[in-house]
Amino acid sequence: MSNLLGFRTLLMKEVLRFWKVSFQTVAAPVVTALLYLLIFSHVLDEHVQVYGQIRYTAFLIPGLVMMSVLQNAFANSSSSLIQSKVTGSLVFVLLPPISYLEFFAAYVLAAAARGVVVGIGVLSVTFWFAPPGMVSPLWVLTFAVLGGAIMGALGVVAGIWAEKFDQLAGFQNFLILPLTMLSGVFYSIHSLPPFWQQVSHFNPVFYMIDGFRYGFFGVSDVAPQVSLAVVTIAFAIVTVFTLALLQRGYKLRN
Amino acid sequence: MGVAVSIQHVEKHFGALKALDGVSLEIAEGEFFGLLGPNGAGKTTLISCLAGLARPDAGKLTVLNRDVVADYRDARRLLGVVPQELVFDPFFTVRETLSIQSGYFGIRNNDAWIDEILANLDLTDKADTNMRRLSGGMKRRVLVAQALVHRPPVIVLDEPTAGVDVELRQGLWQFVRRLNAEGHTIILTTHYLEEAEALCGRIAMLQRGKIVALDSTRNLLQEFSRHTLSLRLVGGAALPPALAALSNGQVEGTWQLRLPDFSAVEQVLAALREAGVAIEDMRLSPPDLEEAFVRVMQRGRAQQ
Repeated sequence: MSNLLGFRTLLMKEVLRFWKVSFQTVAAPVVTALLYLLIFSHVLDEHVQVYGQIRYTAFLIPGLVMMSVLQNAFANSSSSLIQSKVTGSLVFVLLPPISYLEFFAAYVLAAAARGVVVGIGVLSVTFWFAPPGMVSPLWVLTFAVLGGAIMGALGVVAGIWAEKFDQLAGFQNFLILPLTMLSGVFYSIHSLPPFWQQVSHFNPVFYMIDGFRYGFFGVSDVAPQVSLAVVTIAFAIVTVFTLALLQRGYKLRN
Repeated sequence: MGVAVSIQHVEKHFGALKALDGVSLEIAEGEFFGLLGPNGAGKTTLISCLAGLARPDAGKLTVLNRDVVADYRDARRLLGVVPQELVFDPFFTVRETLSIQSGYFGIRNNDAWIDEILANLDLTDKADTNMRRLSGGMKRRVLVAQALVHRPPVIVLDEPTAGVDVELRQGLWQFVRRLNAEGHTIILTTHYLEEAEALCGRIAMLQRGKIVALDSTRNLLQEFSRHTLSLRLVGGAALPPALAALSNGQVEGTWQLRLPDFSAVEQVLAALREAGVAIEDMRLSPPDLEEAFVRVMQRGRAQQ
């Protein structure tokens, strides 16, 4: 027995929640990404080429798009949960007959949806500076959705765990931000010293961005199949961990 | 009448604190039941366990024979809870809030019932207003409406009138009484004992996670409270020694006598006549739940 309408309503509510304040949740990250592009492309476009003949600005665009997807997916589920926990309105979701699986799926899908919407926004305003092309939209979409879902699930974990906004900010600034910034958004890891190349291979976000970028250029630091495998395993691990917390009712039902 | 709510040997700990210490009680269908106790007695914890907001460490709770853990979907569909805190989701209007809540319970096209609830709670003209723009009393009414969107046969009101003005309180009780008359089981927690006395047919009193009294309101009043005879004597005369046993002291020059029954009135008058004391003013007050509550709590503390 399932409560499909309950799940769909929660998903719709979570999507409406960010859509109703889209100036803050969609337009603002698009502007931030645009500023990154303007500054970095101005400084580096003449000096750096990647994968042989790709302009730095074109290389940077998919990185910025994916970074926006990931950060906004995380922000969506984590901020929604902590807000409703702090204000107490989470009780409206906990009282109805919604299972922990439905709860998880609704929050994660809504987070991925915000990530993808912001990603489309960033791509539409940055595309014109140096059209990166798109050799395989399927790879692009797959990595965007999977990456968004992983960050959405991590956002659920952070939102459940954090009791105060500064704890959530800690999670975001000391874990999510370094993982995304140091994942090859702004550079190809082949330009790094060997040690840091090795370190980058332990960062799952690197594979999300590398696989995503493959969909644009048809070239990447590692094979997209490898990236897909790593990202799928990461999603499975985060999902199992998050579901275990939800099933126990950790910090939600006690 | 079947059993609306069954609570059997429920225990809940928060660290070293025993919030619920083996609570057992049954509430019949159609009852208007009061759950009373001082702050921290475990009322909200018990309601949280019933509603699935907290998991009991031991014991079993059912709503209309559906286990709140094993059969949580059915149990939650049968239960409507008005939470104690004045909480709301600031992103939505009143109507959106109620439609979303209906959807959570798996109900689509609920507009006719939502309109009826809005009308009954005098919220129709606020239907399209954002929750943020409502007054505290209005928000409280929306909380009641949210608890009713899925037409639950059992309704829990956790201190619904805390900080609510008199007019709204009376309107709310009128509405809840009607729901009860229509067959809904009502479980109420409140600090306003006169409300509990007027509304509840049966009452459980909790103290430090234990039930210290469980009986009909009438029996609790009879057992733990008395009629009080207030007497002001001419010239501020002292109470005759024969009445000392009934005396509960003097308040602003008026003697307070606790009467075991109405026949004691005759004894009081006879004693006054015999002592040659005249009465300046006299008033007879019925037993009240506040006195019963205080006595039950005193007895509970003494036993612990």
